[in-house]
Amino acid sequence: MTARRILLSAAALGLIASMFLPLGGGGLTVFASDPTVIAALVICAGLLAAAALFGERAALALAALAGAGLASMAIGLLRQSDVAGQAGPGFWIIVVAAWIAWNEVVTNLTHLESRRRAVQRLTGVAVPFLFGAFLFFLWEVLVRGFGVPPVLMPAPSAIAARFLGSLPTLGADFVQTFFKSVLSGYLIGGALGFFAAIVADRIPFLRRGLLPLANFVAALPIVGIAPIMVMWFGFDWQSKAAVVVIMTFFPMLVNTVAGLAAANRNELDLMRSYGASYGQILRKLRLPAAMPFIFNALKINSSLALIGAIVAEFFGTPVVGMGFRISIEVARMSLDMVWAEIALAAISGTVFYGVIALAERATTFWHPSFRGQI
Amino acid sequence: MSNAVPRSAIKTTVARWWSGRATPLVVMIAGLTVIWYIAALALNWTSVRDAFEREETPYTVTELVVETLSAERPILPAPHQIAAELASSIISYAPSSNRSLLFHSWVTLSATLVGFLMGALLGIALAILIVHIRTLQKSLLPWIISSQTIPILAIAPIIIVVLGSMGVRGLLPKSIISAYLCFFPITIGMVKGLNSPDPIERDLMRTWSASKTQTFCKLRWPASMPFLFASLKVAIAASLVGAIVGELPTGAQAGLGARLLAGSYYGQTIQIWAALTAAAILAAMLVGLIGGCERLVLRRMGGGR
Repeated sequence: MTARRILLSAAALGLIASMFLPLGGGGLTVFASDPTVIAALVICAGLLAAAALFGERAALALAALAGAGLASMAIGLLRQSDVAGQAGPGFWIIVVAAWIAWNEVVTNLTHLESRRRAVQRLTGVAVPFLFGAFLFFLWEVLVRGFGVPPVLMPAPSAIAARFLGSLPTLGADFVQTFFKSVLSGYLIGGALGFFAAIVADRIPFLRRGLLPLANFVAALPIVGIAPIMVMWFGFDWQSKAAVVVIMTFFPMLVNTVAGLAAANRNELDLMRSYGASYGQILRKLRLPAAMPFIFNALKINSSLALIGAIVAEFFGTPVVGMGFRISIEVARMSLDMVWAEIALAAISGTVFYGVIALAERATTFWHPSFRGQI
Repeated sequence: MSNAVPRSAIKTTVARWWSGRATPLVVMIAGLTVIWYIAALALNWTSVRDAFEREETPYTVTELVVETLSAERPILPAPHQIAAELASSIISYAPSSNRSLLFHSWVTLSATLVGFLMGALLGIALAILIVHIRTLQKSLLPWIISSQTIPILAIAPIIIVVLGSMGVRGLLPKSIISAYLCFFPITIGMVKGLNSPDPIERDLMRTWSASKTQTFCKLRWPASMPFLFASLKVAIAASLVGAIVGELPTGAQAGLGARLLAGSYYGQTIQIWAALTAAAILAAMLVGLIGGCERLVLRRMGGGR
């Protein structure tokens, strides 16, 4: 009898017991509600009991079925007004059983030994996805089950509804903050840092003086420069872009200088023996060798740029923009809108990062860290 | 002729200074200071001249230059003005007065340190769990990494407001933001560090039939020290940023972030620059402190390089 079998059997027994315990306020039990709920509960309990008896692979499928059933049942029960906000022990047992089923699925998936690459890749995606899905499920169930007031913590479903309901506002904010402030600042800052690094590389004296300074500046709270930029460049996106330029300049400078030193001596000697000029060596050897470092800077900068633009908007903006909306809606205590903006920021940050990661793969596929991944 | 230094000696000395580390840095800082003064002149020039012309007082170029570098609300204050503001706000007021920059720095510093401590403990604990539990490594690590593509500072106002409505005010909400910002580099660095011993070394521990705890204490933990300190340096800088930004959305009364906000409301540019300089000094001190600890620990462990 292993630990997982004990857990699964306990979940199955608990589900049977939960039928006799109150689901919500007013002594509501399963028997008072829909007969399909009773049937679903019994089926899920049976699936979990079967999973406890079988080996890991069969248990994986059975627990996945039971977990999906239990999770959707919990979400469905929350629609009843007697359950939402006053969920009873019966309801929480269903949630805990869903957790046990989920745990069984994820543990078995990680220990799944398969030679086939497709299966490996699938588990590599499925495990983190299941983890995230369960986090959102738990968030939803806890907030709605305990009736947490929406001014403290809105449920994910409420945030999603708000997100879909205010797409025009979100779109305008996105264009203002992302396309105008972030993207222009990111491109200018990256380009400036890159060319400064090339100049610093050409003049060693400059490099020795500039690098310690750049390393020092990288540790400084640069976002603090935001109020000054707002004074200089006005309330519109130019001031935010300026903050982003300053924030992204130094990582690009430091990384590119490090990258230009990455080509090794043998390769440089070879180029020199071909009689290559400085420009040729730079273009054909040193810049390609610096690519992984440059992409590293681009990745770091992608999240720095969003942070810079959003925080700079706390210091004054026209009446549009993600940072502006966040500070305004926090003051009005409509947290679902704030979370919708954060979801937007998270999505755009992730997509931004993903695009850069894809570009990196396309341009530096030869690098050792990518070999064998294609 | 007898006491003249040979030319070649001068040449080598100059060459050594030129290629050393200190000279380029000093030259660069001096150059930046000069550029700063020129920029201050250029940026403040028109507004100062207009002020003179509005009052219809006759002025000379010298007066204009002097006024440019000592205006009360310049567009860009000159370095000596910032230094004077720093000195006066530190010396002229008692450290407990809310006009003293020391007081504001202390408010921010305390939030930074508490947040850093929480973030470091959380980061190390997560790394230890991730290294030892395979399910967590597969399920949690991708989320920790993707959590960093979210502009976390955007959540700062929510944390402050939610905790505030639950009765938690003052230091703790800011420290939570700091902790949230600084746990990430530590977790990533420590996962790398705890996994850094070679398979050969781990096999050796196994041939001695060392337990997991023993392998951890005697191999993994010591091996992770260089990674720990490298990530602690990044983390403490992030922690300071978190504390400063945490002071913005609530319009806090004290702290460097509050000084920035107040300065931007009232157009007190010199005050903003002084607060920024104080933040820079604070960051340099904190990173330097971690660097000192690093040298101390690594030397005791027999490395030191």
